[in-house]
Amino acid sequence: MRNGKWIAAYAAAAYLFLHVPLLVLAVFSFNASKFTVWQGFSLQWYAQIFENDQLLESTWNSLVIALASTVLATAIGTLCAYGIWKRKAPVLSGSLYLSLVTPEIVTGISLLALFQWSFRFLGLQLGMHTVILAHVAFCLAYVVITVLARLRTFDASLEEAALDLGATPWQAFRLVTLPAILPGVIAAALLAFTVSIDDYVITSLVAGVDSETLPMVVYQMARRGVSPVVNAISTLIVLGLGVLILVSERLQQR
Amino acid sequence: MHKLRAWFLLPARLVNFVCFVVPLCIVLAYSLLSRGVYGGVEQPWTFENYRRLVDPLYLGIFLRSFWIAGLATLLCLVLGFPLAWFIARSSVRRRTLYLNLVMIPFWTSFLVRTYAWMFLLRDTGLINTVLLATGIIAEPLPLLYNNGAVLLGLVYGYLPFLVLPVYTSLEKIDLSMMEAAADLGARPITAFWQVVVPMAKPGMRAGSILVFISCIGTYLTPDLLGGSKTIMIGNVVQNQFTAARDWPFGAACSLLLMGLVMLFLRSDEL
Repeated sequence: MRNGKWIAAYAAAAYLFLHVPLLVLAVFSFNASKFTVWQGFSLQWYAQIFENDQLLESTWNSLVIALASTVLATAIGTLCAYGIWKRKAPVLSGSLYLSLVTPEIVTGISLLALFQWSFRFLGLQLGMHTVILAHVAFCLAYVVITVLARLRTFDASLEEAALDLGATPWQAFRLVTLPAILPGVIAAALLAFTVSIDDYVITSLVAGVDSETLPMVVYQMARRGVSPVVNAISTLIVLGLGVLILVSERLQQR
Repeated sequence: MHKLRAWFLLPARLVNFVCFVVPLCIVLAYSLLSRGVYGGVEQPWTFENYRRLVDPLYLGIFLRSFWIAGLATLLCLVLGFPLAWFIARSSVRRRTLYLNLVMIPFWTSFLVRTYAWMFLLRDTGLINTVLLATGIIAEPLPLLYNNGAVLLGLVYGYLPFLVLPVYTSLEKIDLSMMEAAADLGARPITAFWQVVVPMAKPGMRAGSILVFISCIGTYLTPDLLGGSKTIMIGNVVQNQFTAARDWPFGAACSLLLMGLVMLFLRSDEL
C-alpha cells in the first residue's frame, strides 16, 4: 500500500512547519534592512559578527569547551559502553539513562549546588573547568548509547578469536574491537560536540565570568530583542551543526 | 577480563557519581534546610519547602505546566502520527531522507529554533508585518508572550521525539494485515483502529512520555516565548536559584520535577 495524496500533502505541510522558520531566519540574515521588510541582499550582518569581540570570544570559549568535553566524554563513554557490552551494569546504565531524561534546569542547579558546596572547602571558583566538567557529565550518556548501538552490531567471535590466538584482553580491545567500532565512536564524538556547543541552560548556571559561551551571548541578544546579527549567527550555527549531524548520521548507518 | 572491564567502567562510574548522584543528594539535603540570609542554606532542617509547593501561587504554575505539557504531547501525537505513517509507508530508499529531514533540525540548536519563532511571532515580526502590509489587520496581533506561543514552541521543539518511536513501531507492521481486515469486510477506518493503532501503541506511548517529560521540565521555551506571563516549573526552579535566592525552595521544586519525570518513566514499564 502506497501513500495516498492526502497523506503526502499532509507530510509536505509538516515538513514546511519544521523547516520554514529556520529558512526564513536564514533569508532575513541577508536582508539589507534591519527591519523585517526585504530591502535587498547584503552581507553586512555577517561582517558585524566578525567585528563583535563578545561574539568572537564566546565562540572561542565554546569551541575550547566543546572540544575538551568531547574528547573526555568520548574516551570515558567508549570504555564504559564496552564494559556494559561485555556484561550488563544495570545500576550505571540506569543512572546514565536517568541523567539523559533529567530536565536540564535540574541538572544545572544540582551541579551549581555541588560546585558551590565543594568550593567552600577547595577555594575554587566557577569557570571553564566547571563548564567542561558539567558538559562531560551530560554528554556521557549520548556517547554510551551511540557506541553501544554500534557494539551490538559487532561480531563478538572476532574478539574471542583474538583472545584464543593469545592476545591480552587489552590488545583484543585495542586492535580488534576498537577499529571495528570506530565509525560509531566518531559518530558519538560528533554528537557530543553538537550537544556541548549548543547547550545554554546548564552552561549558563555553572559558567564563571571568564567562560561565557556562544549560546549565552546569543541568548542575551535574543532577550534584548530580535536583530539581524542574531539571525546571521543563528544561520551559521544551524549550518555548522547540521553538517556535523549529517556526518554523524552517515557514520552511524554505515 | 573482569579486571579490565572494571577499569573500563571506573571513569564513567566516577563522573556519573560525582556529577549526577552526589549533586542530586545535595539538592535533596538543601530541600530539607532553611533559606540562608544571603542566599545559600542554613539549619534547621524542615519540611516547610515541600509544604510551600501547595501554595496557591505555585500550585497554579504547576497545574498550568501540566496542562501545557499535556496539550503539547497531545498535539505532537495528533500531528506526528500521520508524518510517521507517511515515512513508514515510503519506499525504503526514501525513508532515510525523510527521517533525516525530521531529525536534523531537531539536533541543531534548540536555542536558535526557539529564537526563530520569536522572529516570526513578535509585534514587528514577519507574520505581523505581512498581515499589516496586506491590510488584513490594522494592529499587530499579540502572538508572542502567551500560552499559545509556548505551546507552539514546545510542539515545534519536541515533535521529532514522537515521530521517531512511532515510525519505528509503524515500520514493523505487516500491511497485509490491513488487507486481510479489508477482505474480511472491515472498512479502512475500522481496520486502522483495530489493526494499526494497537500495534503502534508501544511507539506512541514511548514517544508521548518522552515529549511529556521534556515539556514538563522545559525552561528555555517559556522563558523566551512566554515572557513573564507564562512561566512553568523549570522557570520557578531557575528563579529560586538566581533572582529569588531561595535555594531550599528551588531544590524542593527540582525534586518535584525529578519525581514527575521518574513517575512517567515508570508508567512506560508498566
